[in-house]
Amino acid sequence: MNRFFELSLVFFSGLVLLFILAPLLGMVLEVSMPDLLQSAKDPEVQDSIVITLLTAFGATLFFSIAAIPFAYLLAKKTFPLKNLINGIIDIPIVIPHTAAGIAILTVISRNSALGKLSESLGFEIIGTPVAISIAMAFVSIPFVINSARDGFAAVPERLEKAALNLGASPMRVFFTISIPLASKSIISGLVMMFARGMSEFGAVVIVAYHPMIAPVLIYERFGAYGLKYALPASVLFIVISLFFFILLRIFSKKK
Amino acid sequence: MLKLENISKNFGEFSLKNVNLEVKKGEYFVLLGASGAGKSIILEVIAGLMKAESGKIFLNEQEISKLKIQQRKVGLVFQDYAIFPHKSVFQNIAYSLNKLSKSEAEKIVHSLAQEMNILHLLQRKADTLSGGEKQRVAIARTLARKPDILLLDEPLSALDAQLKSELRKLLRRINKQGQTILHVTHDYDEAIALADKIAIMQKGTVVQDGDIKEVFQNPRSHFVANFIGISNYYDAEICKIKKRGIKIARINDKVSFRLETPEKEGTKGKVFVKTESVFVFKEHIESSARNNFSGKIIDILPVKSGIELWIDVGVKISALITLETLEKFGFVENENVWISFKATAVQFVADEEC
Repeated sequence: MNRFFELSLVFFSGLVLLFILAPLLGMVLEVSMPDLLQSAKDPEVQDSIVITLLTAFGATLFFSIAAIPFAYLLAKKTFPLKNLINGIIDIPIVIPHTAAGIAILTVISRNSALGKLSESLGFEIIGTPVAISIAMAFVSIPFVINSARDGFAAVPERLEKAALNLGASPMRVFFTISIPLASKSIISGLVMMFARGMSEFGAVVIVAYHPMIAPVLIYERFGAYGLKYALPASVLFIVISLFFFILLRIFSKKK
Repeated sequence: MLKLENISKNFGEFSLKNVNLEVKKGEYFVLLGASGAGKSIILEVIAGLMKAESGKIFLNEQEISKLKIQQRKVGLVFQDYAIFPHKSVFQNIAYSLNKLSKSEAEKIVHSLAQEMNILHLLQRKADTLSGGEKQRVAIARTLARKPDILLLDEPLSALDAQLKSELRKLLRRINKQGQTILHVTHDYDEAIALADKIAIMQKGTVVQDGDIKEVFQNPRSHFVANFIGISNYYDAEICKIKKRGIKIARINDKVSFRLETPEKEGTKGKVFVKTESVFVFKEHIESSARNNFSGKIIDILPVKSGIELWIDVGVKISALITLETLEKFGFVENENVWISFKATAVQFVADEEC
């Protein structure tokens, strides 16, 4: 009986893994090496990958500056409507991402307060890497908040109180005790935020078709020229995404 | 130095009620009580980890009740040590020295590490230490801040006998160097070994406090007597045997103890006899002991220091004997025996007048 159960577990796990890997492998096998190399040399493809990585990285770095203290607040303090706020954080995960893009557009468009302000300062948000980063951050910020909040919640309060008892200010306790002890969860949240931001299409395409990030480029090539033309760029982007994802995972594990 | 005035806090099922304490500079003060008596809460209230609902705390004549944790110059050594696991031993000890120059901090850490005998551990990661090592690191880390008073929460409870004895010596030495200490424990041996003064807590209140000898020799309640290991403890009244002028403490109609006491006739109080002062005989034997009773053995209980024989002589009296004696004399339950103890072994504490 036990043997049967174990075999069932292995069978179902294999099925799920196959479900994830089969399309990817199929796609890789579809592409010829010369096509892949040509795509890698294509300046449009290169630019789109660079801009995707940079905007995703920028979004993660910039927005986590606020997201991490926010996660700390949620983990350590009690205040009214905390459950509601915890729910609000997950909204970007559940709404359609194109709708999220529309929502962001209403905040940063030329007619919005933020749009007018930026226009008066001489720059525009729509159609810029800033807009891309905002859209990426909107859909990916829940990952870092949730992960960091769980990390902070797991830091024993006694250690923080011991640090206060040793004369440290709450800010010093935050930076020297809470953040280092929650660092694993924070880094893992940052990696997930980066990965999720990098792969975003729906929200980004609404706020900035150009400059073109890789997912938008793939979509455009597919729409305009068909599957064959979109494949090499897709494979290239997947390989690079995986490379960064694995690199960051290894880095966070080492930490 | 440290003064607690009417500290109260209600937790629903448990509450601290009007706790008053005074620890003088340089004193080794032990707060003794059973688990759940509220001892650790008192330390947390003093350190500011928990706020009292009423009452005041003074440190060096300055009220600190409203100050934040980091503003109170009290050093708390947590029962579970609360060592920062991601830092080295050195970094743990140096945590409060961040405002000093690197060389000054190093000097202080090294001298404390030497004192605590943990110099060889300084570069070790804190989460690789044993319990005893963590304890020393925690004390060194707290002392580095030069607290006005050191608060120790059950510091010896998790250590084995050998480490306990070493740490006791260390704590004594720290105290001898002038450090005021408030030490919380449920272990009465620990209190005897270390305290200058003690306070005994029961259900959130201090039931007796004072000089260690005075408290142990004059327990003012059954709880205190039991807690410090005195089983033979009775309410009594001083009377005189008219003919000879000898004083007796009358416990009930049947039982009175002869004793030496300056207390006057009619004084009410508590009388007690240590279990080790009570001798047990198979039959009556004439001796210099003035208190002799016959009774029946009602219980034979193994205890930490030997065997307790409980004998009903009109009141229940306990005698501490060794296992060897038990085997030699073959005492059994329901056996009639004689007990005796000297008049000088009987102590009397008068009730406090209201």
